Amino acid sequence: MSTPHFDYLDRLEAEAIHILREVAGQFERPALLFSGGKDSIVLTRLAEKAFRPGRFPFPLVHVDTGHNFPEVLAYRDELAARLGEKLIVRKVEDTIKRQRLREPGGKYPSRNPLQTYTLLEVIEEFEFDACIGGARRDEEKARAKERIFSVRDEFGQWDPKRQRPELWNVYNGRIQKGENVRVFPISNWTELDVWRYIQRENIQLPDIYFGHERTCVVLPTGQLLGLSEHLRLDEDDEIVTRQVRFRTVGDSTCTAAVESDASTVEDIIQDLLLAKVSERGATRLDDNISEAGMEDRKRNGYF
Amino acid sequence: MDLLRFITCGSVDDGKSTLIGRLLYDSESVSLDVLAALEKRQASNGTVDLALLTDGLRAEREQGITIDVAYKYFTTPRRKFIITDAPGHVQYTRNMVTGASNADLAIVLVDARQGVIEQTRRHTLIAALLGIRHFVLAVNKMDLVGYDEAVFAKIATDYAELTNHFNLPAAVAIPLSALQGDNVVTRSTHLPWYTGPSLLEHLESVPGTQERADEPRFQVQYVIRPQTAELPDYRGYAGQIQSGEYRRGDRVLVLPSGLESEIEALEVSQQEVESAAAPQAVVIRLRDDVDVSRGDSIVPLGQQPTITRELEATLCWMSEQPLWPGRKLLVQHHSTLVKAAIPAILYKVNVQTFAKGAAESAQLNDIVRVRIKTALPLAVDTYQDNRVSGSFILVDELSGDTVAAGLVEAANSEYFTAPVAPPVAFSI
Repeated sequence: MSTPHFDYLDRLEAEAIHILREVAGQFERPALLFSGGKDSIVLTRLAEKAFRPGRFPFPLVHVDTGHNFPEVLAYRDELAARLGEKLIVRKVEDTIKRQRLREPGGKYPSRNPLQTYTLLEVIEEFEFDACIGGARRDEEKARAKERIFSVRDEFGQWDPKRQRPELWNVYNGRIQKGENVRVFPISNWTELDVWRYIQRENIQLPDIYFGHERTCVVLPTGQLLGLSEHLRLDEDDEIVTRQVRFRTVGDSTCTAAVESDASTVEDIIQDLLLAKVSERGATRLDDNISEAGMEDRKRNGYF
Repeated sequence: MDLLRFITCGSVDDGKSTLIGRLLYDSESVSLDVLAALEKRQASNGTVDLALLTDGLRAEREQGITIDVAYKYFTTPRRKFIITDAPGHVQYTRNMVTGASNADLAIVLVDARQGVIEQTRRHTLIAALLGIRHFVLAVNKMDLVGYDEAVFAKIATDYAELTNHFNLPAAVAIPLSALQGDNVVTRSTHLPWYTGPSLLEHLESVPGTQERADEPRFQVQYVIRPQTAELPDYRGYAGQIQSGEYRRGDRVLVLPSGLESEIEALEVSQQEVESAAAPQAVVIRLRDDVDVSRGDSIVPLGQQPTITRELEATLCWMSEQPLWPGRKLLVQHHSTLVKAAIPAILYKVNVQTFAKGAAESAQLNDIVRVRIKTALPLAVDTYQDNRVSGSFILVDELSGDTVAAGLVEAANSEYFTAPVAPPVAFSI
């Protein structure tokens, strides 16, 4: 028998759909963590392929830092409406008030670390037993060691030494009360794979992923940070207007822009093939703090 | 462009992480900021330690060892590669088994100064046990033996004896130096006597990930029932084709119930198709309104797997708590979860020799042959015949932990002749 040939994107897609369906089959109350970023947008396309013509067996959950890009929030609402799926939004702002947390200080106050608090609150509120996220192993060294089904204790903590072995494509989601599982269906995708898939599937993205003119502040590292009301500027800060795009879409206070006039997905793929700086390295201010930055945050419940 | 998944295995100081680092580095898969982070750590002696590219956890960097399976990715114009880096220590056999379970090819690394050692045998046998058919013998640190052809030839011969002895697929032997970059990505002038491909050239030319078994296998993961005004009666069985090909109109059996029906429609990405094959994710709709739920298999008539409540299996025991005969556990056979008992440990497999030895219990990292009884019937093939339907894991009922990897060796098919099928396995 001649076997049909499958492209590597076909295989990554099939693997991700299989994982999403395992979540649907194994858990009572799963959720899809939706950030409005390209990875979680790809997850929604994969979920359509996994569950249509039925509804998604999980709501979309957005943890809103209050520092999000307005374009991304608009995109989020539009996508949820088009999909006809339930969207749950919980704000870091409210967690700060409720738990009397201290607002992050500094010039570029990132609420990224506080997202974990809100995430744990929303998990508790809805008793989610599985949270699907768009994290990829190529993003960072600690992520490279995480399982596709990652069991967390009731504080959301990741213990790298107690991970379950993950064999073949058998995913063990059995948990005890209070525990939950973080599930990463696109673990094996790289940034380039995600873009090639976006191209192949003709997926629409928020405009900020493409080259546009933006007023930015120049950081000491030379990185560009889009101007927003949340930044605390000094008089001698250098303000410039440049043609930029974003490679990742996180908290606007810790996600730097890269100079680019890429206006289409094809342009971006070309950019990436030439790019010499990794996605997180180019754009995340929070990982540079220490070499174990991500490992520490994951141990503390970050997804 | 296709895909190749490979595992690297070697002992503690064979330079495995350096080899992977070199592959990434010389194929220009390492970005500048990652290099900068590396250089920051190596400022004192000036050279970049490529091993740090894979050792991701703090404890690993501190101890200079690899604790856990790490996954790395790189793409050449010809192929996407998924590398599984599994630790070499004896106590991490379970990680090696985990890594091998998903690999198409194994790179077995040896130190040119040491040649084939016990660990080499163990890694090779475990990889072969898990069904890997393509082996590369990477003879590393050739720079430390003066790039001597005789040293390489001796090691290649020793290893060929090992594979012949156990009737394993022949390995492609490549002399290299991960540290110096000889023959990893580019062919080296230091080894003029070697005329074969560099490691990367070889990895680009071996067959990529492909399905091996022809027998069609499909397990229901999830039942799609929209129950809307437009689709009041739609029932779609969602799952991944595990092996073989399915066609619209195929006469099929639902297992383990044994009910017969016909494939009325096959859907891929919300489109109806005439046929679909592994590893595609599909939705199958049946012509008849039969009882089908998660964990059931749908297979063409005349090509059934074995339906059984008793099987013999090889286990890799992965828990610190030993296995004693009589233990009750859960078998997770992909989307089916059933209660099971292990009435007997038949023997222990010596992973240096494949010799059978008596065993009262199975300890962490032991490979044992056991008999398993399940509370409800499973639809299985032997692992030899089908890497998907012949594999399962054992789960501790209380902690939920995965305690063993299981390979079906033999199944008792008596059950299938039983006149009345009991209800289907409970789903998870």
